[in-house]
Amino acid sequence: MEKVTLRVFRGDKTGGEMVTYEVPKVPGMVVLDAIHQIQREQDTTLACRWNCKAAKCGSCSAEIDGKPRLMCKTSVDEFAGAPITVGPMRAFPLVRDLVTDVSWNFKMAAKIPPLQVVPEMAGKPFVLQQEDVDRVQEYRKCIECFLCQDVCHVIREHNRKDAFFGPRQMVRIAGLEMHPADNINRREQLKGEAGVGMCNITKCCTEVCPEHIHITDNAIIPLKERVADDFYDPVAGLLRSIGILPRDRKAPFSSVPNDTTKIASQGSGKKSG
Amino acid sequence: MESYETFEYDVLVIGSGGAGLRAVIAAREAGCTVGVVCKSLLGKAHTVMAEGGVAAALGNMTNPDGTKEGDSWKVHFVDTMKGGAFLNNWRTVEIFTKEAPERVLELEQYGAVFDRTPEGLIAERPFGGHKYRRLNHVGDRTGLEIIRTLQDRAVGVGMTVHMETTCTKLLTESGRVTGAFGYYRDTGNYVVFKAKSVILATGGWGRMYKFTSNSWEGTGDGLMMAYEAGAELLDLEMIQFHPTGMIWPPGMRGILVTEGVRGEGGILRNKNGERFMFNPKYMPDLYKGQFAETEEEAARWLDDKQNNRRPPELLPRDVVARAIYREVEAGNGCEHGGVQLDVTHRGAEYIKRKLPSMYEQFHAMGGVDITKEPMEVYPTVHYTMGGLAVDPETCETSIPGLFAAGEVAAGLHGANRLGGNSLSDIIVFGKRAGEYAAAFASKSGFGDVNEAQIAEEQDYLTEPITAADGESPYVIHQELQETMQKNAMIAKTEQTLLTALEKIQELQKRAKTIKVAGDRYFNPGWHAARDVRFMLRTSEIIVRCALERKESRGAQWRLDFPDREDATWGKVNLIACKDGDRVKIVQRPLPEMPAELKALFQEGK
Repeated sequence: MEKVTLRVFRGDKTGGEMVTYEVPKVPGMVVLDAIHQIQREQDTTLACRWNCKAAKCGSCSAEIDGKPRLMCKTSVDEFAGAPITVGPMRAFPLVRDLVTDVSWNFKMAAKIPPLQVVPEMAGKPFVLQQEDVDRVQEYRKCIECFLCQDVCHVIREHNRKDAFFGPRQMVRIAGLEMHPADNINRREQLKGEAGVGMCNITKCCTEVCPEHIHITDNAIIPLKERVADDFYDPVAGLLRSIGILPRDRKAPFSSVPNDTTKIASQGSGKKSG
Repeated sequence: MESYETFEYDVLVIGSGGAGLRAVIAAREAGCTVGVVCKSLLGKAHTVMAEGGVAAALGNMTNPDGTKEGDSWKVHFVDTMKGGAFLNNWRTVEIFTKEAPERVLELEQYGAVFDRTPEGLIAERPFGGHKYRRLNHVGDRTGLEIIRTLQDRAVGVGMTVHMETTCTKLLTESGRVTGAFGYYRDTGNYVVFKAKSVILATGGWGRMYKFTSNSWEGTGDGLMMAYEAGAELLDLEMIQFHPTGMIWPPGMRGILVTEGVRGEGGILRNKNGERFMFNPKYMPDLYKGQFAETEEEAARWLDDKQNNRRPPELLPRDVVARAIYREVEAGNGCEHGGVQLDVTHRGAEYIKRKLPSMYEQFHAMGGVDITKEPMEVYPTVHYTMGGLAVDPETCETSIPGLFAAGEVAAGLHGANRLGGNSLSDIIVFGKRAGEYAAAFASKSGFGDVNEAQIAEEQDYLTEPITAADGESPYVIHQELQETMQKNAMIAKTEQTLLTALEKIQELQKRAKTIKVAGDRYFNPGWHAARDVRFMLRTSEIIVRCALERKESRGAQWRLDFPDREDATWGKVNLIACKDGDRVKIVQRPLPEMPAELKALFQEGK
């Protein structure tokens, strides 16, 4: 029977190594199937995340031959019999084997307030044309696999998780900022804690997106332009201040209560005994 | 006893799919503190896999002559009862069909961005068993849109999220629920959640079958926690086999192909090219005369739904799944043992716009271009209609303080669920469960935590690590899947079910001594040890209920009892509950539908 050879990272924060496994090849096999085969037949302690196995949930993110990809969407046939290297995402702290601690992403997401509907559209069915929502729907295809976060230089090389929410959250904010019904001025947050200015447009995030969202071109660049218009265009600023250009009618970001959700960390509860 | 951490919330929600998150929002808006426990990461629940749409009678769609299609909650009510072969609780269905439109429009206010009609309203697509276009959708990724919307809203209203935490035991005291016990999946450390009320939103169970659209999470843990605590289960024999799962390549077997493909005009053919759903032997009496009788009429329906009847591919799921099964059994199966599902006649551009994730799924993972060639499909285990018996109004189970919503709860779908009704189920009853759990919490204090229950569960969990010797949980799981797939699948007899039961009992004995390697630090083998025991008990109850119900109705298809027995079995639900180490199964009469609702079935004729 034909075999697939995998080199899989095994270890935890104290260290680890690449371990070689061979699994029987099945037609249509994806890397996740091979990992499951190892888990079932060879080593039940091999840790990985997965859920849908259909590229819809974004759980099985890993680095396959060094490239951030979904294990469920990577066919073993692509590698033409060569050993396949599978490791965890490197931009996040390692938990064990292929599992990393991605809670930072959820903590940043909790800082982004959801849609707040403009008063004239609140409480009644929206009347919007498909063209009005096409753009927003692209951002909303995101499955939160965090591969874009993993590959982002700001996060990966420079570890500036303190200064930039990352491409995933830029896509999220773009979906709100460009929603025809949203009433929050999100540019304040983008310029501030979300750090849209940190992105230097290398487009690596767009390349790895399994949903083919044009993260850089369609989300980050338009957001950068909006921030620039608001904060760095002296002529527009002057025209706004003397009432020739309209002022933003949206509610200021500071008016929105947010950040009330906690991603619980272990050890924060009351200890027994 | 090992030490553990404790968290306290007014309302604890176990499960973070659509039902759980909608419950969080409702309980939080009622002023409660809310903790939510997710077995996976936030936002990864099965809701993301729902594709075709959320069923609610908004009545947005227009006929060719400019009039509106005549949809209303009443038509939705009739369709849902008929689809469920009248085993549904009428009151649950009434609440559901009346409240679903409001809940869908609320999602839009929360930020969901649905596809639009030319008039700018939410677009609705046709689906199996629904008389009118009723599935509000976003391409074929509606579930993702809904869970993300609810996730963002829930985060906005404020909750505490416990990710990758598995609850394994409900804590009870003096007949009410007082919290839950579980472990962190990464460290393996133990944790207790004290709560005034608890909502189970733990979804369904399909992992005891070999080919299923369910992820690893569908083990029946939520259901079994409630069963162990004494709750009543209803109609567990009712498991939905979705007609169209992928069958090839083997690595992809069981993965869902949305019913939206048929909603958008997809055609089923056998290996002889015959469009077998037109065969009159597959048309149930209940639906005679309501579907296209020629391929020409079905083709005209694509553009003119007012003057033509729906193609028979859009019969309810149980009907289509049985037809596919019978075609393959009769030797009319295609290359890999399935049938063809062909949507190529809609053209590449339309397919990529309306079914983008199906296009991607087959293209990237199956090597098939669905705009140019047919898919091959076969039924796959998909959904559980049965579950916890709950009050239709409040979603409370038979245990005070314990509520349930979504797939884990029963009553809405009867013997067969219509596509799209699951997504509206979770928002309608998620909200209700949240509200009534909040109301319960507001008039109750915290109950005591029973240390003996915690100690017992700790021992049970820890044993596979400390045991000297035993079996691999994966081996037991695999053998369970083989027997359930072979003996408790779509077509059953007393003989096959008894074979399955015998095997399950053998596996239950073997599962008493499980051994896993390693420690508790993110150890999937250790997680599997608890999961497989939940699955064994769930399987036993499924098989026992299927044995008990001696008729064919909806998803329950008994070759030895092929008829629907309306005078007897049509009037009862099967209730299962714990009786010591045994499973007790009793018949309970269905509540009688009031006359004004019965009259609705005459109107449509």
